[in-house]
Amino acid sequence: MYSEKVMDHFQNPRNMGEVENPDGVGEVGNPQCGDVMRITIKVDDQDKIEDVKFKTLGCGAAIATSSMVTEMAKGKSLDEAAQISKKAVADALGGLPPQKMHCSNLAADGLQKAIEDYRSKTPQK
Amino acid sequence: MKQPIFLDNAATTRTDREVIEAMSPWLDENYGSPATLYTLGAQSKQAIEEARQQVGDLIGADSKDVYFTSGATESNNWAIKGVADAREEQGRHIITSVAEHHSILMPCKFLEKKGWEVTWLPVDGEGVVDPGSVASVIRDDTVLVTLAHANHEIGTIQPVADIARITRERGVAFHVNAAQGVGHVPLDVQELGCDLLSLSAHKFYGPKGAGALYARRGTRITPLIHGGAQEKKRRAGTQNVAGIVGLGKAAELARRNLEAEAKRLTGLRDYLMESIEGKFEDIRLNGHRTNRLPNNVNYSIEGIEGESIMLSLSYPTADDARPVYISTGSACVSGTLEPSHILLALGVPAELAHGSVRVTMSRETNREDIDYLVKALYEVTERLRSMSPVYKRGSKKCATGSAEGCDCEAAS
Repeated sequence: MYSEKVMDHFQNPRNMGEVENPDGVGEVGNPQCGDVMRITIKVDDQDKIEDVKFKTLGCGAAIATSSMVTEMAKGKSLDEAAQISKKAVADALGGLPPQKMHCSNLAADGLQKAIEDYRSKTPQK
Repeated sequence: MKQPIFLDNAATTRTDREVIEAMSPWLDENYGSPATLYTLGAQSKQAIEEARQQVGDLIGADSKDVYFTSGATESNNWAIKGVADAREEQGRHIITSVAEHHSILMPCKFLEKKGWEVTWLPVDGEGVVDPGSVASVIRDDTVLVTLAHANHEIGTIQPVADIARITRERGVAFHVNAAQGVGHVPLDVQELGCDLLSLSAHKFYGPKGAGALYARRGTRITPLIHGGAQEKKRRAGTQNVAGIVGLGKAAELARRNLEAEAKRLTGLRDYLMESIEGKFEDIRLNGHRTNRLPNNVNYSIEGIEGESIMLSLSYPTADDARPVYISTGSACVSGTLEPSHILLALGVPAELAHGSVRVTMSRETNREDIDYLVKALYEVTERLRSMSPVYKRGSKKCATGSAEGCDCEAAS
C-alpha cells in the first residue's frame, strides 16, 4: 500500500524532534482527525533554514511526509522553502495512496506555517 | 523474515489442515453438481447434507433449518432484506444498534432509503445493548430486530437470550449476527431463542466464501438470490461444495474442543490485559472487561495513532524481530475520515478511537506470543509517543483554529 520510500521515512524518520529555541513554529492538524504535525525551524542570518525538525501524531503517511518535508526544506532559503507544495512532498516519496493525499499530507502546510510564524515575528528587511 | 505472529483472528483465521484435506476431494475428483442425480452429483449432495448436520450440531439447530451461503455478509443481508420483504405488509420498522458490523448497517441503511424506518439503539460505555431499550422501541409495525451476538471490534457479548424473550413475546423476528462467536464460545439457538443466526466458516478455521444462515422453521423470509431450487428454493446457485464441506469440518472440529479452548483463551486474554495494564500508562480498555469474547482485547493508547502502531508492528526494523499482525479502529484503515463507529458509539473520544488496537487470538496463540506482543507494542508506543506533539501536552485544542468540533475536511 505504501511505497518503499514512504516506509523508509516512516521507519527511519529524518529530523525528528524539536529545534531548540526555534525561530518559527508551525502546527497543523487536529488530534480528533488523527493527525497533528509540529514543525520547528531555525533560520540563519542569510534567511536560510539552518535547521528544521518535526513531531507528528498520525499514520504512516503523516510521519513520512513530515520527515520528507524537513529533508526538502533543510538548507533552503525561506523563499525556496515556501514553494514546497504538498504534491512535491508526495512525489518525492514516490507517491501516496489517494486517500492519504487528502488527510495525511499536511507537512508542507506545517512548514509554511512555521515560515509565516518566523516572518510575523521578524522585522522584514 | 522471522515467523510472524498473527493476532488479527477476528478478521480471519488460518484454515485448519484437516479442513483443507476434507475439502480437497470436492475440488478434485468429486466435482459433481449436487443438483444432479447420477452418482457423481449424489455424492456432492450427500456431502452437503453431512455438513448441514455438522453445522446444525454446532449451534444446536435442526439441520433442516440451516441454509448455506457465501458467508456472514450474505447471511446478514439475506436475513434483513429477506424478512423485511416477507413481512412488509405487517410493517416497515426494523430495530438494530449503532455499533453493528457494516454488513448489518448497510442493509439497514439500504432499507431506510427505500422507506423502511430503522431505530438505531444506543449501546452503553462497554458496548452492551439494554434489553429494556429493545422492549421500549418495539411497535406494532416492527418486523425485525437484528443485533450481533458479539461485537467484532470490542468483543462485547450481548444479552441475546434476554432480548429474544422480548421479541418472541411481541411476535417480532430476531436475527443474530454470530459471525464472531460461532466456533469460539458455546452457542445454542434454542437457548438463545433467536429466529435467525448468521455464521461464517473462515472465522473459525474454515475456508473463506462459505457460511450459513440459520432460519428457524416458520420464519418468513424471501430469498435474496433467485434462481434454481437449491437450498429448498431459498438460496439459488450451485452450492460451493468444497467450501461447505470445509465449513462442516470446521464446525465438527470446533465442537470437539469448544469449552476447553474457550477457557484457555479466556485465561490468555486476561493475562494479556494484566500484562498491558501493568506496563502501559494512559491507556483505555474498550469493551466489557469480562463479558467479552475469549480471544478479543481492545485498547486505546493515548497520544498515538493506530495505523502507525499497526505498521510498526508489521514491519519491524530489527533483523531478528518478528512481525506482529493486529488491527486498529483508526480512520486511516477504515477508508473514511472517521475512526471506528463502534468506538465512537461507546463514547470513546475520536482522538482515542484513532489510537485503538485490537488483538484477536487463535488456537495457535500461546503465552510466548502474548509476551512478545506486549514487549513489541510497548517499544512501538514509546517510540511513537516520543514523536507525538500532543502526548502529555494535555491540550486537546485544534491547531487549525477552532477549539472544538473541528472539521477534519476543513482542517486539511
